[in-house]
Amino acid sequence: MSLRTPMARVLGLGSAKDGTEDWWGQRVSAVALVLLGVWFAVSISSLASLEHSSAIAFIAAPFNSVLLSLFCLTLAYHSNLGVQVVIEDYVHASWIKVTSLVASRFAHALVAIVSVYAILNIGLRV
Amino acid sequence: MSNFDRPLSPHISVYRWPITMTLSILHRATGIAMSVGLIVLAAWLFYAAAGAADYARFTELMSTWIGRLALIGWSYAFAFHLANGIRHLFWDTGRGFEMHQANASAWGVLVASVVMTAGFWMVLT
Repeated sequence: MSLRTPMARVLGLGSAKDGTEDWWGQRVSAVALVLLGVWFAVSISSLASLEHSSAIAFIAAPFNSVLLSLFCLTLAYHSNLGVQVVIEDYVHASWIKVTSLVASRFAHALVAIVSVYAILNIGLRV
Repeated sequence: MSNFDRPLSPHISVYRWPITMTLSILHRATGIAMSVGLIVLAAWLFYAAAGAADYARFTELMSTWIGRLALIGWSYAFAFHLANGIRHLFWDTGRGFEMHQANASAWGVLVASVVMTAGFWMVLT
């Protein structure tokens, strides 16, 4: 039986080296959303109307389909990281914290899938 | 023997409320509001795909006064979070932290967010 503590095995191995991905992910997606967000706001505000036919025509144009999909996925990613930080800051009871973190992740995945599926469904109609 | 005159460690309540604190809170609040708004964006795309009848029911719901109020709120949240987000990205380069700079950029963000929201609705309608 060894009397060495588990601490001895990890000392000297350096840091985990992966603690900053979320921080970076938030910034990089923010830069992407500045560009995509401005495009989206300008596009929506200059739509001829918000009727079904003009919405479909807008979403189905290949250029718009691609940028809209990028926009929705980046939004979901950025929003997921943001909500995660808020939950970690304010929710301290461990089971509520874990439950709300998982619920938020599920909700964001659902929103991302629904959006991209809808865009493809509209864009790929013959 | 208690002495109530001892100096207290400074906390939020001892400061005059600075504008930067309002913006910090608004950044979070608008972010959370837009996370909820994502559901409406997804719903817009989903009902557009579902067909004209479902889409009409969706736009009818969003045309009620409460729907319109929510859309205006989300458009403002978007403009604010965008402008203040750029302020945050600039801060990430390590600049703009002097008090007069932070106060000036705070007012700049507030003005820009109102102008962008007004501009959006004027072009749309």
